[in-house]
Parts: sequence; C-alpha cells; structure tokens
Amino acid sequence: MERDDLIEYSLHGHHNEAKGKEIRSKIYKVTLLLTIVTVIEVFIGASIKQSSDWWTAVKIIFILLTLLKAGYIVMVFMHLGDERKYLRNVILVPYFIFVLYLIFIALVEGTAIGSVWATMWQ
Amino acid sequence: MAGHSAQLDAKTLWGGKESPFQTSYGKLMMWFFLVSDALTFSGLLISYGFTRHNTQDAWPIGEETFNSMPFLGHGYPLLYVALMTFILIVSSVTMVLAVEAGHRMDRKGVTKWMIATVIGGFFFLGSQAWEWSHFIHGSEFGKIELADGSVAIVKGHFGEIENFTVVEAGTKHKAGAVIKEDLMHQYQHAAEMGHLEAGKIHLTDGSVALINKAADHEMKLIIKKSGKQFQVGGKEITGKEAEKLYYESLYAGEKNRVIYGANMKQNEYGPQQYAQFFFFITGFHGFHVFSGVVINILILLGVLRGTYHKRGHYEMVEKTGLYWHFVDLVWVFVFTFFYLL
Repeated sequence: MERDDLIEYSLHGHHNEAKGKEIRSKIYKVTLLLTIVTVIEVFIGASIKQSSDWWTAVKIIFILLTLLKAGYIVMVFMHLGDERKYLRNVILVPYFIFVLYLIFIALVEGTAIGSVWATMWQ
Repeated sequence: MAGHSAQLDAKTLWGGKESPFQTSYGKLMMWFFLVSDALTFSGLLISYGFTRHNTQDAWPIGEETFNSMPFLGHGYPLLYVALMTFILIVSSVTMVLAVEAGHRMDRKGVTKWMIATVIGGFFFLGSQAWEWSHFIHGSEFGKIELADGSVAIVKGHFGEIENFTVVEAGTKHKAGAVIKEDLMHQYQHAAEMGHLEAGKIHLTDGSVALINKAADHEMKLIIKKSGKQFQVGGKEITGKEAEKLYYESLYAGEKNRVIYGANMKQNEYGPQQYAQFFFFITGFHGFHVFSGVVINILILLGVLRGTYHKRGHYEMVEKTGLYWHFVDLVWVFVFTFFYLL
C-alpha cells in the first residue's frame, strides 16, 4: 500500500548542473588539500627522528593534521556538514565525550602500569 | 501556562510526519552503524596506545619498519604506506563524485565513478597484501641478539648468496654438489636453528656446505633492547664493528639468536604485541575494505541494471558512499597512530 503522507527525503539531495559544478570544484579542492597534508606528514615522518628534541612537537602536529584530514572527510565527503545540526551532534558528540576520556584514562593507566612493571622485574 | 499552549501546534511539537533529522531511514541507520563501528576502531587504537605506553622494550619506529617499495628494494621510509593512503583517498574522491552524479540523475557518471572506486579498492587490497607479505617475511638480516644480551635490528645491504658447495655428505646431498635453489630460505632456517658457523652451513639432511656469499654493505645495528654493553638510544654501530658483532652472534651455534619476519609469537621489529596489533588492526581494516569493495560491486550492478534510476534517486550509492568514506577515515587514523607516531 502506497502512503502519500511520507516525505521522500532521498530526493532532497538532488541538484542541477550549475550546483553540481560548484560541488565538484569543492571536492577537487579538498582532494588537493588531503594530498598535500599526507605529503607533509610523510616528509616530516621521514626527516625528523624520534630521538630528536622536536619529536613532541612533531607528534602534536601529526595529530592535528590527522584531525584536519578527518574533519574534511567527514564534513565534505560524507556530507555531514550539510546535515542538520542535531544529526551532526548525535554523531560527533559521543566521541568528544567518551573517546577523549578513554584516550586520557588508557594512556595515563598505561604509563602507570609500565612504571610499576619496570620496578617489579629488576 | 494556558496562554502559552496556544502556540504549540502540531508543527512545533513535531507531530510525527517529518523526521527530526530530515534524513531518510536508510541513511540514518548507516550513520548509526558507522558510529558504532568507529567506536570499535577507537577501542582498538586506544588499546594499542595503552600497550605501547606500558611496554618496556623499545617500540618499533614506522620509518625503520616500513621502508620498502615493490621492485625498488628498501630505503624509502613510509613512501609505500603514503601511496596506499593516497590510493584510498583517491577512491574516496571517485566515490563522492559518483554520489554527486547521482544527485543529478546522471547514470553514466555514476557508473563511471563507481567503476573507478572499485578499481581503487582493489589496488588498496593488493597493496595491503604486499605489505603483509613483506611484514611476515621480514628483512634479510633479521633481528639479532648480541653477545652482551642486547637486541638490535639490522639495516644495510645484504650480500647475495650465490650457492652452497657441499663439503661433507648428508642423506640427500653428495660431497662436491653445488646447491643453487632455495638458498635464502635454507640460510635463514639454519640461522634460526643455530646451524651456521663461519662460512659454513649445516643443512637439514646432515650435510655441511660452504656458503658462497657476497660481502654485506653499509651494515648498521640499531639497539632495541639494552644489554650489558650496548644501550637503547646509544651510539649507532656501523661498518666493520657491526659486521663483527652480527656474525659473532649468527655463528654462535645457538638457537633463536636471530629472528626473521613476524608471526603471532615473535617478530623482528619489536615487542610481541606490536605484530599482533599490526595484524589485528590493519587486518580488521582490510576486512572492512574488502566488504566495501564487495558492496560497491553489488551497488554498481544495481546502477548498471537501472534499479536506482527507476526508483528516482541514487540514495543507495550515497549510503555505500558513507561506508566507503568511513573506511578511508579509519585508515587516516591508522596511518597516523600506527605508522607515523
């Protein structure tokens, strides 16, 4: 039985050729950006050693660049930037709460356990 | 409150007709699936970080472990992984172009870009197969335990083995026979078993042969576990001194002084957990890529048959697109936390 009171959201994404051209040029710009960021990461990774004094700074740069790449993939390629604000929050907020907490607790605990083991087996 | 309620009509209260997210059911469910799958990958990468922080032995460094290119040999730190990342990003781009073409009901465009995406997916899977194979087989030098108890990984150019000349007969080989097949495999097996001595190899059939091998070049030992004499992060051991220390251990006649490649129990790169995490995380991601390629092929068949065109929209392409971009997204994180940091 066909229902005529339902809204077909699948059609909302449709656009014309002019809008398509605009979207495509945005896609190509993001592609270029992601490629450049990857090249920069590899260049830094291959040229700065882990024993270097700069390593902590390099680590932070890597994480920031990764988040930048992830942001562009999610917001542009996955079109989350075009979705409603509530949907965006439902998807992203859990990570900012739970995953950040989990990272914090796992790394702190990991280091603590490591230092206990280091003294236990000597 | 009575005066207030007059403004609350069905539209304000959301009477159930519209979706609060203004999204179709299928797309929303795909997002929910991705949220849960992303939590799984977060868990895996965080447990990797946890293990890395509590492990005493030096953790392997990406640029030292992954420095090979197909056909070119080694000396290309991280380039191959970067290439894999680039392949996956490009196939993500072709996917988003397919979605865009779908929004214009351009069936030809969708077909073209979906085919490109599937090809990109196969390229990535092939690259990963090569990387796994290379990781499992390991380097020609392996990881060596030196006389003072320290453990070092070895870099440099391994002199090629030309042949073995049998000097003492065994059950299979006669004295004077020249063996030219499967040399590297036999050599590494004998090295692991402690069956090498200066210039000689004890083969599995009980025969003894002379090793005819070219000289090694630019050998370098990087200490990964401190011993009595050499410390992690100490001076690099190079040239003749490195060769002397390396072969002293290799010819010591003891089992397991050298480890080649990786399996679930031991690996030449670092602590046992390192290879286990490598297999699990990149394997789980690779499985996602594989499923993604299969799903993309199924959707491509749907596009070719005109199923979605008749339906009036290409939302199925958009939904698989979400999954495919997610796979790319996960790889971006794996690339950083496994290979770069």
